Amino acid sequence: MRIERRAHRPLALVLLAPLIAIVAALAISGVLIAIAGAPVLEAFRLIVTGAFGTRLGFTETLTRATPLMLTGLAAAVAFRARVWNIGAEGQFYLGAIAVAAVCATVFSGWPPYLLIPAALMVGAIAGMIMLLVPLGMRLRFGIDEVVTSLLLNFVVVLFVSMMIEGPLKDPLAFGWPQSIPVGPDAMLPKLIDRTRLHIGLLIAVAIAVLVYFLQARSVFGMQSRAVGLNPTAAVFAGVPLAKTLIKVACLSGGLAGLAGAIEVMGVKGYVTTDLSPGYGYSGIIVAMLANLHPLGVIVAALFTATMFVGADSMGRALGIPSYIADVTVALSLLTMLVSIFFTQYRIRR
Amino acid sequence: MTAVPVLRLTGITKTFGTTIANDAISIDLAPGEVLALLGENGAGKTTLMSILFGHYTPDAGTVEVDGVQLPPGKPRAAIRAGVGMVHQHFSLADNLTVLENVMTGTESLWQLKSSTGAARAKLLSIAERFGLKVDPDARVGDLSVGEQQRVEILKALYNDARILILDEPTAVLTNIEAETLFATLRVMAQSGLSLIFISHKLNEVMAAADRVVVLRGGKVVAERLTGATSKAELAELMVGRRVARPVREAAVPGPVLLQASNLDVGRRLSSINFEVRAGETLGIIGVSGNGQTTLGHLVSGLVQHSAGELQLFGEAMDRTSVRAMIEAGIGRVPEDRNAEGVIGDMAIWENAVLERLWQFSRNGLVDRGAARAFAGEIIDGFDVRGGAPDSRTRLLSGGNMQKLILGRNLQNRPRILVAAQPTRGLDEGAIAAVHTRILDARRAGTGVLLISEDLDEVISLADRIQAIVKGRLSPPVPAEQADARLLGLMMAGDWPQDGKIAHAH
Repeated sequence: MRIERRAHRPLALVLLAPLIAIVAALAISGVLIAIAGAPVLEAFRLIVTGAFGTRLGFTETLTRATPLMLTGLAAAVAFRARVWNIGAEGQFYLGAIAVAAVCATVFSGWPPYLLIPAALMVGAIAGMIMLLVPLGMRLRFGIDEVVTSLLLNFVVVLFVSMMIEGPLKDPLAFGWPQSIPVGPDAMLPKLIDRTRLHIGLLIAVAIAVLVYFLQARSVFGMQSRAVGLNPTAAVFAGVPLAKTLIKVACLSGGLAGLAGAIEVMGVKGYVTTDLSPGYGYSGIIVAMLANLHPLGVIVAALFTATMFVGADSMGRALGIPSYIADVTVALSLLTMLVSIFFTQYRIRR
Repeated sequence: MTAVPVLRLTGITKTFGTTIANDAISIDLAPGEVLALLGENGAGKTTLMSILFGHYTPDAGTVEVDGVQLPPGKPRAAIRAGVGMVHQHFSLADNLTVLENVMTGTESLWQLKSSTGAARAKLLSIAERFGLKVDPDARVGDLSVGEQQRVEILKALYNDARILILDEPTAVLTNIEAETLFATLRVMAQSGLSLIFISHKLNEVMAAADRVVVLRGGKVVAERLTGATSKAELAELMVGRRVARPVREAAVPGPVLLQASNLDVGRRLSSINFEVRAGETLGIIGVSGNGQTTLGHLVSGLVQHSAGELQLFGEAMDRTSVRAMIEAGIGRVPEDRNAEGVIGDMAIWENAVLERLWQFSRNGLVDRGAARAFAGEIIDGFDVRGGAPDSRTRLLSGGNMQKLILGRNLQNRPRILVAAQPTRGLDEGAIAAVHTRILDARRAGTGVLLISEDLDEVISLADRIQAIVKGRLSPPVPAEQADARLLGLMMAGDWPQDGKIAHAH
């Protein structure tokens, strides 16, 4: 039995791969649910109704999907060009804390139509800087950005922790470690009243479409793909390697920073160290499930959010740990990697 | 064949997917015989030898050594039966000595003390017997490529090989080294060893072999004694039709387009001088690894010179870039198609325009219509087969990939064409096509800088020839004076320092 590279990658197979991966991940989680002593099919039904069955569940799923779309895009854009950005979590937090730092101080008193775009921009720039550091170290010293971008996540979270215990601490929070609020003028308008759903969702979807267009049609998109697929040939063709990678890093880091900014300004209004339940890391899974396709990221983010929200309510109803959501999402990454492999190779005897 | 065959392949068949690599091939090898296996890329030579050596299991057929059948798919059994293989890409450890390399794999892992003394004596006696001089204590990494190949051969002989298989043995050698190798092969055959060497070069087959088996499309198409055939006949048998490489007519050199004066690139090129004239081809011949890559990159705009002067159309270029070179009208064919020339996973149209995206974009957006049209023109004009503008470039064969690369450069009639190893690894038909294109461009007034390791190619295409050795360029010799012997001397670095090459006849 041998494994052989496919000459063509059939489109149907590429589209089917994530579905197969998700079904496989759900099947394996089903075994775990059964071991936990709950009825498997009932559990899956509860996950779906939990995520979509009620107005609250439905809007909550979309709210959760918003940052995942942005961090998923951040990973997809970077991975396409073989920039291994594992630091979206740190970029997310730096974007968030930057927004908290400027909204009530530098930008205070600005009208919302100026304040909101300016604050989002600040968040994106903070995220950019956070990825330019590891990329710069790769370009200058050849240090692998997988390690540096990953480790910087912990540095940033500790930095945020320091800020919200120190200079940016909210004096009115009864001693809770949280940042000063961004203020009502900086809050993103709600999409549906009396829910947490805000216009960040529309921004994320619009950006996904924009990124798709950029990758498919622009010079930058073609060059970044060339750099990712074969850097030597790209350089021979005159593609400026460092410049292209820096642009990719700005886009990727910027998207992750924007995710943090939108989460603060859309949902909480202030920063805590549990602002993100791992959105930066889940973004990697979202990107892989989407096969790095920007429009696929929208769907993959919805799936991931469904699992998180649905498993929460399923866990409450059946009395099993909601960690099953983390397990399922993590498993779907593994099954997706296997699926991707089989879109490229076939088994032959 | 009068004697009992020492090796007999019977009805060897092997398929990969839908392609039949070997189709019922039967070959005998007599003791003391030198057999050449001649065929183009993809004819099935390497597959056949891999089956013989036990790397692959055949679908059908048997391998017999001295009348005893070898178990399929067992390299160790092949080695024990006395089959030795010298690969095109050496399997030597650079940081070990010659003796250590030769001994590797011959002793049990659990043996506490290795018997270096006995091994050294055996190695030296083999070396003596076949005239393969080596220092057993030299580090392999310090040896020249020719010497490394000698170590590979010694390694096989050390394992008591009586049948030696050499896969494209001359691909990495200079002419002189190749002649030495053939002399060694003769000695080995006379002392009773049987040899098979794989090649697609007609000259060396005629020079070194007793008998030739021609493979085409996985089948044995002919078997000839070298005394009873000719290069022309073998070429036709190998390709399956008459293929004539185009012949160069006299050049009408125009003005100097590109000129290097005492130019350095770091330590990789030192004080080189050359000029490329319109309507003329300058050939740079040399053994791989002597600075050709850097020279190619210099004129392609990838590296900068650190001293001396590079003049393009009479104007000094201080800093170059890929875009500046392309805009100035330099067409660039890189030495490694797959690594530098194309991006296999991108579409053909993308590879056609990637290096000149500024011509095919507006406001930062790629003009895909124009790009596809350009790719279509190349596909039609340069006979690129096996793909449409939207198909993945990986699916093209080497020859068609090279036509695509030539096409994207020649479509816009460049003033200078830099062609580095333009036919490396191509088969005879594709070589003829590439040569025709290069000669056409030259006739149209393009100045061609041809960097090649292939002596025949340089002699047939170039008007003037310079040799590159250790980052230095010899003075040019006119093609009329250049023969294999003179070029061989030049490639070995043997040229007088006063700038004149003595006529070597």
